[in-house]
Amino acid sequence: MSPRDAILAKVRAALKTEAGDDARRRKIMARLRKAPAGVIPARGQLPPAERTELFCQMAEKLFASVHRLKRHDEVPKAVAAYLRARNLPAAVRMGEDPRLEAMPWDGLRAFSVRRGASDGDDDAGVSYAFAGIAETGTVVMLSGADNPSTINFLPEHHIVVVDAASIQGDLESAIAGVRTHFGRGRMPRTVNLISGPSRSGDIEQKLVLGAHGPRALHLIVVG
Amino acid sequence: MRITSPAFKENARLALADPQLQQALGNVRSGFIDKRETAVDALPEFEALRDSARAIKDHALQNLDLYLEAYEAKVLASGGHVHWAETAEDARNIILGICRSAGARTVTKGKSMITEEIALNEFLEENGIRPVETDLVEYIIQLRREHPSHIIAPAVHVTQAQVEADFRRVHDHLPVARDLSEPEALLGEARRVLRSKYFEADVGITGANFLVAETGSSVIVTNEGNGDLTQILGKVHVVVASIEKIVPTLEDTAQILRVLARSATGQDMSVYTTVSTGPRRWGDPDGPAEYHVVIIDNGRSAMLGSDFQDMLRCIRCGACMNHCPVYHAVGGHAYGWVYPGPMGAVLTPSLVGVDKAGHLPNASTFCGRCESVCPMKIPLPRMMRHWREREFERALNPAAARYGLKAWAFLARRPALYQAVTATGMRLLSLLGGRKRRLSWLPLGGSWTKHREFPAPEGSTFLRQMKARARP
Ligand code: SF4
Repeated sequence: MSPRDAILAKVRAALKTEAGDDARRRKIMARLRKAPAGVIPARGQLPPAERTELFCQMAEKLFASVHRLKRHDEVPKAVAAYLRARNLPAAVRMGEDPRLEAMPWDGLRAFSVRRGASDGDDDAGVSYAFAGIAETGTVVMLSGADNPSTINFLPEHHIVVVDAASIQGDLESAIAGVRTHFGRGRMPRTVNLISGPSRSGDIEQKLVLGAHGPRALHLIVVG
Repeated sequence: MRITSPAFKENARLALADPQLQQALGNVRSGFIDKRETAVDALPEFEALRDSARAIKDHALQNLDLYLEAYEAKVLASGGHVHWAETAEDARNIILGICRSAGARTVTKGKSMITEEIALNEFLEENGIRPVETDLVEYIIQLRREHPSHIIAPAVHVTQAQVEADFRRVHDHLPVARDLSEPEALLGEARRVLRSKYFEADVGITGANFLVAETGSSVIVTNEGNGDLTQILGKVHVVVASIEKIVPTLEDTAQILRVLARSATGQDMSVYTTVSTGPRRWGDPDGPAEYHVVIIDNGRSAMLGSDFQDMLRCIRCGACMNHCPVYHAVGGHAYGWVYPGPMGAVLTPSLVGVDKAGHLPNASTFCGRCESVCPMKIPLPRMMRHWREREFERALNPAAARYGLKAWAFLARRPALYQAVTATGMRLLSLLGGRKRRLSWLPLGGSWTKHREFPAPEGSTFLRQMKARARP
């Protein structure tokens, strides 16, 4: 017997069930298809404007910084200002997200944009969030050429553009969004749910920001 | 890892006498408890979520065979590989095989209790592969050649000064005069040292908090981001997880995530929750070229359908040990194996055998705090009692304790005799108490009175008093 079959046989014997239990199998498959939602906290169930407000508040509580803008074409200037204020070089790393590419980066003077995955030498990276989650101030990032996952972790400063319209009340709504986008049961290689900059509280329980991931998470909320 | 659980008493005695450990344990007593309480109070739905999380895990365990099959099919469909390991040894060999075929010299590791359980690091080292722990504290533990003393804060027993000393000893290529007096400096140094390791490693090994049957995904939860760098930058990502990590859907995962971080560190959500599905896709600029999952039984299937099935709901949040007076006093190492605290007292005998776990089920005051804070509502005290019963049945506890219990049982079944004996005993103790009304030494209870005095009994026995009051 293969180890796989041996383990499954032990599990079935312990549960006193049979492999050919079709009724049970149908029930399980139906539950996987339906994916019932459980208890959803009331906290994030708000009209859009207040939801965005809650998202920003929760993110700030986690020591992310938040900047709100009306229009997408204002983003490059805001990024440049963020870097200048921290004495960082006028350079960012970003992927090929068409929404980022459509922004007027060329209008910035002496500013360099490096495309593609991060190699660990970038001070700052810019990504576009798939969604925000108001309940916890979390951003949802999808892997791929548009927004390579390495940009979420390697630069010291991670700047994330979030559309206000993409902010959901709760985690389940964000999951439903991913499912609609990719189709049922299909996922991108990586979904990163990010809540604040990286941290450690492990040396005598003292909180320090900037562990292996970014030291700073800057959210630019547009709309 | 060598099991020293049978030496729990001796381990505990040493722990109580260790001033540095006692100082470090003070941090558990204060920090974790307050943080959890604040986070729980801020979420009115917390209790309802606990019930929801428990129901999900019970359902998944009750249909574990089918969910495992569904999960496997999805991993294969997304281009990943699934390996099944009945024992720790099988798992070690499978992982070594994957590392060998990737030509790996160095592997990076995210924090994972299961790889501690199967003693993976020692095994890889023996076979010429260097495992590098990337979680800050696991890294410290590895430098100290110790084992974790807590499941979510493995170096909770180490003080800042000890970390500084270790870094000075091991990072000897750095200037001696550097300032390492603040946690920031220590963290910064570890970050810089470990950065290059991620890029050097051929294989990245992580555990999983959840395996999602709906999508074939593994989910990890971290605050540092090390688990993510481990799995994105290695050419091969190996996920090591035991069979009970299965949950049906992403929605189910969301329910349990809400109680996990709050119970563990008092966060609403850990900084990084990462859902990984298969290897790098066509057109992806980063991510591993291969994705392997090693699914391990190592004793879990034997817990299914037994008195200990509920333990398989455990999500390794650490709340039970954070709230345990015994853990507060002796720390995690005294428990003598990978899993400390109340969850360890139940899990260790299940996984290594009650004969090897020694006193662990007795390392409890039965105060019940562990069960009351356990997000998965696992009846930990009841299960420790089950182990005590089995210990007694199999004559594993010491002769004196067995005779004592037998004598007591003999008396308890004969009420008249019981009352006569206790009444006489009481009068005797009362006499011995003298004018001070306190005893500084108790027959058969010498170790109790070594640290405090025993108040001498006064008046008559409880039963007599009750009878007297019952009369009209
Ligand atoms: S037994 Fe409960 S409280 Fe303890 S680690 Fe497991 S889930 Fe957490």
